[in-house]
Amino acid sequence: MKTLDLFTTAVANTFRAKTRTILTILAIFVGAFTLTITNGLGTGINQYIDDTVTSIGAEDVMTVSVTPDADSGFGASSGPTEYDPDAVSSGGFGPNEGGTVVALTPDDLDTIAEVDGVLSVEATKSITPDWIQYGDGTQYVTSVGGLVTGQSVQLAAGAEPDAASDAFELDLPISFVEPLGFADADAAVGETLTIAITDAERTQHLVDATIVGVAEESVAAPGAGGLVVNAALTDSLYDTQNIGLPDDQLERYAEASIRFDPAATDADVTALKDNLADAGYTGTTVADQLGTVKTVIDAIVLVLNAFAIIALLAASFGIVNTLFMSVQERTREIGLMKAMGMGSGKIFGLFSLEAVFIGFLGSAIGAGIGMLAGTAISSVLSGAVLADLPGLTLIAFDPLSITVIILVVMAIAFLAGTLPAARAAKADPVESLRYE
Amino acid sequence: MLVVMKTPIIRVKDVHKSYGRGPNRFDALKGVSFDINEGESIAIIGKSGSGKSTLMHVLALLDAPTSGSIELEGVETSTLHGKSLNQARNKTFGFVFQQFFLTANSSVLENVMLPMKISGVKRSERKQRALAALEQLEMADKAGNKAVNLSGGQKQRSVIARALVNNPRIIFADEPTGNLDTATGAVVEDILFNLNREHGITLIVVTHDEDLAARCDRRLYIRDGLLVTDTTEVAA
Ligand SMILES: Nc1ncnc2c1ncn2[C@@H]1O[C@H](COP(=O)(O)OP(=O)(O)O)[C@@H](O)[C@H]1O
Ligand SMILES: [Mg+2]
Repeated sequence: MKTLDLFTTAVANTFRAKTRTILTILAIFVGAFTLTITNGLGTGINQYIDDTVTSIGAEDVMTVSVTPDADSGFGASSGPTEYDPDAVSSGGFGPNEGGTVVALTPDDLDTIAEVDGVLSVEATKSITPDWIQYGDGTQYVTSVGGLVTGQSVQLAAGAEPDAASDAFELDLPISFVEPLGFADADAAVGETLTIAITDAERTQHLVDATIVGVAEESVAAPGAGGLVVNAALTDSLYDTQNIGLPDDQLERYAEASIRFDPAATDADVTALKDNLADAGYTGTTVADQLGTVKTVIDAIVLVLNAFAIIALLAASFGIVNTLFMSVQERTREIGLMKAMGMGSGKIFGLFSLEAVFIGFLGSAIGAGIGMLAGTAISSVLSGAVLADLPGLTLIAFDPLSITVIILVVMAIAFLAGTLPAARAAKADPVESLRYE
Repeated sequence: MLVVMKTPIIRVKDVHKSYGRGPNRFDALKGVSFDINEGESIAIIGKSGSGKSTLMHVLALLDAPTSGSIELEGVETSTLHGKSLNQARNKTFGFVFQQFFLTANSSVLENVMLPMKISGVKRSERKQRALAALEQLEMADKAGNKAVNLSGGQKQRSVIARALVNNPRIIFADEPTGNLDTATGAVVEDILFNLNREHGITLIVVTHDEDLAARCDRRLYIRDGLLVTDTTEVAA
């Protein structure tokens, strides 16, 4: 039998017992549908994270802090932690967020600058304002961050704060626009914002700055979702905050940003981290920080996929059953075909192809409807719950993983089909043609 | 009388066939030998359970004898395996069974095309040859019908068309009229003997019907797995 005939015959045989075939296809459909949706979820979220990393740029920036001593780490010893005069509270977006870290001193910065692969070092000035206010409106608490060269803000309106300007400029997160009393993002641009900050002597100072742009909300927004300010404003706020601080407490930073070669490969980055580690510092890239998020998402998707695979395994028993019934019903026909000179290999192929075709139908329909449903769900959600995360397609599909899903299901179907197909191939023509 | 000595199309030498093992062993054929010449019509006749079908299956290479040899056109068939065996089955034999063995929900045409599909004949040629065979059996108008909707006689004609379509050298017919009424059976018999006479196809009919056997050139009587009478030897 020619391959094409084998294929068309298998396809035609599939539809001989329609109800049975449809039920089997339905079982596979459920598995394939679930796989498509869960994979789409992983793809969608990870794509968003990747896009965010790319859009904020700064792929050549690493945050560096002092590696905490092993014995002062969490769970290392149950006793009280010894006081360290160099420890500062870290308000940054670093690995020790919220805790105290050993501060970086100007000496540390020099050491870091010497590390192989480090192009430049810039201390991150941690600024903690009391509140912000527009006109006589409500006062709101927020954080303040700067832009590292190369980083960019996803803008809803206006422009990024000018790093070279002496004027105090900032970008306001879009979530603050309405609470502060602006009609919309465009209305906020050009207005003046008052920032209150308390110095070391507990005196509160007010600093006025111009809103030059409004930033979109994003999981990896520069400034950790707070105000994004330019260098002039950073320096002013930092100096204000440090008024009255004794000299030996000045120039203590929780972390610093270093730049490395933008063309650095993953291996180069790892080497750089190793170099920093040898010097006693911990380096984290933006991708690392989001990597944790991705790992969590990947883990969730993996668990969901496991459920889908279990559904598919259950469905594959359906295939085994369906084909065993087919083989049973068609014993005579199989015997006849063998009597007419059809080889066992071809018989095996015929039934395997039938299984693969059932698998293909189930998975193609499952993936197709999964994609439609996923697209519908994401578009509904992006208009509602996820409206604050523009650019996020919750369930996205890439052709490669859809193809992989279909192929995997077909492979499972093939494996399920081998048992019945082998039985058909082994059938003795005489036995099957003997009539009692 | 001029006798041309030719290689017989089938030569059977001391064929034994047993089923089962040990105490359950059953000897269905206990040493059978005979020759079949090309173009002959032969009846294998005997009571139910005498081993007729077993003999036919062995002759048609559907089953291997436990011992003894079967030569097909001078070739020892135990040397045939895989492809060559399948080719011999496909190109040399046509089968007509008492129970028809038609695929019920396929069309008559599909059923008749099956042997050609197996041998890899092109689709267009398949159709043309199948229609020609159905034409020959006056079944052309039923080509599109489902096999399940045919009468017994029509079914058996479809089966004969299917047996013919690959231009076989030998047609095996196991109780071909067993499921047909006398009149229809007679028509089917006529068709088979006509094929034997006009087309020179060797006809091997398994039957317990004496009248059908009487129409054959030769009758091989089987009893309890042994060849009891071969009419050519009786005549000689
Ligand atoms: N697969 C088998 N296993 C055991 N015995 C069998 C088998 N096939 C046939 N037989 C026995 O062999 C004998 C001959 O069978 P068969 O050739 O079908 O007889 P016939 O066609 O003359 O009625 C019978 O007694 C039958 O029971
Ligand atoms: Mg019989």
